[in-house]
Amino acid sequence: MVDISQDNILEGTTRRNFIKSVIASASVVSSSAYLFRSHGASKVWAASSGTVERLISLKVNGQTRRVEVLPQDTLANVLRYKLGLTGTKIGCDRAECGNCTVMIDGVTNYSCSTLVHSVRGREVTTIEGIAPKSGGLHPVQQAFIDELGPQCGFCTPGQVVAAVSFLQRNPKPTREEARSAMSGNLCRCGAYNNYLNGVMKAAGG
Amino acid sequence: MSYKLIGKNFTPSDLEAKVTGRAKYSEDFRAEGMLFAKLYLSPMPHAKVVKIDVSEALKMKGVAGVLTADDLKEVPPGGNPILTNEPHFVGAPILAVAAVDETTAAAALDKIKVKLKPLPFVTDPMDSLYPGGSNATRIGNVVGAKKKLKEHKWSAKDFAKAGENKLPLGKAVDEWTYGDIDKGFKDAQVVLDETFVTASGSHQCMEPRSSMAYWQNGKCYVHGSVQSSSFTFPFLAKAIGVKPENLVFVSEYCGGGFGSKAYYYPSMAIPPYLSKKLGRPVMLRITRAEEYYLGAARAGFQGRIKIGFKADGRISAVDAYIVQSNGPTTGFADYKNFGNAVSVVYQPENMRWRGIPVLTNTIPQGAMRGPGENQTAAAMEPIIDKAARKLGLDRLAIRRINAPDKDGKFGQKRDPFTSAYQKDGLDIGARKFNWNKKKKLSGNRNGSKVIGVGIGQAYHGAGSNGFDGLVRILPNGKLHIHTGIGNLGTFSYASTSRVAAEVLGYDWKNCVIERGDSRKHLPWNLGQFGSNTSFTMSRTNFVAAQDAKQKLLEIAAMDLGGEPENYHLVNERVVSKSSSSKFMTFAQAAQRAIQIGGKYSGKWEELPKELNPMTKRAVNGVAGSGLIGVAKDQLKKDGVAPALCTGFAMVELDQETGKYEILEYLGVADCGTVMFPDGLGAQMHGGAVMGFGMASSERHVYDPKLGIPANRGLYQQKPPTYLDVPSKLEWAAVNKPDPQSPFGSRGVGEPPLGAAASAVASAISDAMGGHLFNRIPVTPDMIVNVLSGQQQSHKALQVNTQ
Repeated sequence: MVDISQDNILEGTTRRNFIKSVIASASVVSSSAYLFRSHGASKVWAASSGTVERLISLKVNGQTRRVEVLPQDTLANVLRYKLGLTGTKIGCDRAECGNCTVMIDGVTNYSCSTLVHSVRGREVTTIEGIAPKSGGLHPVQQAFIDELGPQCGFCTPGQVVAAVSFLQRNPKPTREEARSAMSGNLCRCGAYNNYLNGVMKAAGG
Repeated sequence: MSYKLIGKNFTPSDLEAKVTGRAKYSEDFRAEGMLFAKLYLSPMPHAKVVKIDVSEALKMKGVAGVLTADDLKEVPPGGNPILTNEPHFVGAPILAVAAVDETTAAAALDKIKVKLKPLPFVTDPMDSLYPGGSNATRIGNVVGAKKKLKEHKWSAKDFAKAGENKLPLGKAVDEWTYGDIDKGFKDAQVVLDETFVTASGSHQCMEPRSSMAYWQNGKCYVHGSVQSSSFTFPFLAKAIGVKPENLVFVSEYCGGGFGSKAYYYPSMAIPPYLSKKLGRPVMLRITRAEEYYLGAARAGFQGRIKIGFKADGRISAVDAYIVQSNGPTTGFADYKNFGNAVSVVYQPENMRWRGIPVLTNTIPQGAMRGPGENQTAAAMEPIIDKAARKLGLDRLAIRRINAPDKDGKFGQKRDPFTSAYQKDGLDIGARKFNWNKKKKLSGNRNGSKVIGVGIGQAYHGAGSNGFDGLVRILPNGKLHIHTGIGNLGTFSYASTSRVAAEVLGYDWKNCVIERGDSRKHLPWNLGQFGSNTSFTMSRTNFVAAQDAKQKLLEIAAMDLGGEPENYHLVNERVVSKSSSSKFMTFAQAAQRAIQIGGKYSGKWEELPKELNPMTKRAVNGVAGSGLIGVAKDQLKKDGVAPALCTGFAMVELDQETGKYEILEYLGVADCGTVMFPDGLGAQMHGGAVMGFGMASSERHVYDPKLGIPANRGLYQQKPPTYLDVPSKLEWAAVNKPDPQSPFGSRGVGEPPLGAAASAVASAISDAMGGHLFNRIPVTPDMIVNVLSGQQQSHKALQVNTQ
């Protein structure tokens, strides 16, 4: 859990430490320097357009993450470029492919087409927050391995999140219910039936 | 033959990273001070850049600089430049701008003024072949591998003679013949003459071709999305203009390629050049729309085939002509592959093939999963059905009588196969699908819905030779297998690495695969394309492991006495054949190899001369770290290794809406020994799913008047979803070993697609009483038009316009 007052963040060097502490607590790390530059870059953009960057709190994978965002920032971009959570993939950036699927309050959403402002105060779960904190894998992740779900693997994080969310709503689905629930996630390798086998296996079916 | 590892399922080591999101693709890397690049894309299908004014953009805060074609080596028309002053398609990158973030880079593009002079363009090969028609380049309209760009036209007479609905048969630029086709047609009882069109389509990989690069101490570091690790390396180094020793290339994961990221492609070189110019790391994120503009595509065909059948269905003659919509560059030899694929799958007694690759101002076209072979399948299999109906033959029987077996031949020269069992594939499929029962369901109705069943077949080459293998046994006893093949998602990087472990009798848990990063000392390997990996890499890993094995035996003989042949390998030990208590462990042998040095630890005074320079660098990099096994594959290969697939499909077609559902599908592979059953199953199913898309919904559409592509999103070229795939999706394999592959394996990545696309096309035709569309994809509006007696909205020969 990271908590830091807004005042400290406005101080450049402190901000670097802040980011380091955030990163240290995340399951996937990114370059702090990148984030620092990104912060500077955003200011340039803000200066040139008159758009103001705002500090908001996000609840991501059970942690409160404070991050400066622009009004047009999507959740996918903030996750990937400001919070270092690169497991969420951007395949189309147009709500077509589902590679960027995350859960918001337990419900699947295309994070590429969700403005980050709209998820303030809500619970965001990304692929990095799926496995149990105690270690090991979520049953869906294990089942996808057992059933050789992934091929190239690019759509896999989205498929995992979609399956986990679906099984929370419907723990004992029929195969056709699972097929319908997963149909918002494309897989160009065509591993649909392998993924469905995984969903059914994770459901104990 | 039973093996310890080959033919057994296992869990590839990259799966956990994939299901947890820890797998890092090219866009997931960051570097300090990283800039973002955006591309200025040509809005015109063919134009000359008159002037570029970047002054306003460079004044913007946060803009670091631009890269234009003037910074790069000039590429003549027909080439595929990184950036260009003469764009040959809408979406061709003219310049790149880098800024502190992407939004700023995009804003900078708006400030850049590019003055373009429009030039003539063409999107349909027929328009370009017509006398006086436009050429896609200022030099000409025909180019191919090892061919000079030139102008090639047909005569008005050629067009008049063919009429509206037949492909004109003007002069070809390529052709070959074997046998005597005139005699063959005389022997025929039924002769068909069919004109067909197969659409161009995009690979639509889920991961766009993003890349990131930076320079440190004179070395260039590139993160790219590519199917092949080693094979990309020299081409990328050359494109960037660095010596191989000054390039670090990371390609551990590739989010889909299907041929479009086979190896180096031009946009990959933009971040290295920009980064060098600006002194900062550069990330280039390619958008989905840009993938359709500057990615790659399967070539479209306008074809015509005259085909003669004897009374028993045997094909006595084929006369084929393919015009390929080539895009503006050298493209790929799909049109040639048509000729070869027909010669393989149907073994015509006599055959002529002719073709022309015609340049068009459309997306640069390249290899897509079964380039040419799978268009062949989709076009040919419904035509075979038509002949069967005319001759009153069973549709399985007419395929079986023509199918290649061990005596089959390839291409014009009638080269032999390493092995081929297509008849077995058809038989296994017919049994498992229950063809004799299912074919009776053909035409069964349920309300407005009618059943159709179909068979498809497809071929692709399945292996090469002459590459290098490298393995290491470390003093901790572990086997490290260095593979430069790449990670496309087929898991063949792993299944072929197991060949080395099998040779040495290793427990798989004691093996480590080194891959995906040029710093991991990767040998010279072929790329992960062309269905070749399971054959080619089995051979290279086999010869490297044999080298290691010989060295283990020699070290044991040196230390424990006797001759190398007095020893054998048992449970990761070198054991005396006469006394099992006389042994040394692999770990001890590796330690001794380091002490002895020389060839044993890779410290040759002079490395074996047959090794590729890349392999030599890799050996030097690992020399002294353990026992080194390294060798070039010089095993016998005196034929064409084929990958053959058969598909059986049942569809239910709604005559009111034209929509059809695939009720069940079975694919059968002839790919030699099955190395990794689950992995093969994934390829058979995944290829089939892509085939469903090829048959039903995927195609590039161009506005012929403006040359603008209509496809900018997935929904405009819809790939199959969960809902388009039947639950009854099955696969089987012939599983007979190929004698020229160490453990009998051949590759098979590509024909599963063609088998499925053609089986579905055949089943649709069957559901419509044998109507031939002679066009792929078959869309619901086309079906409704036929069933309601309406004309199609496209002309017979139009390609990529509907």
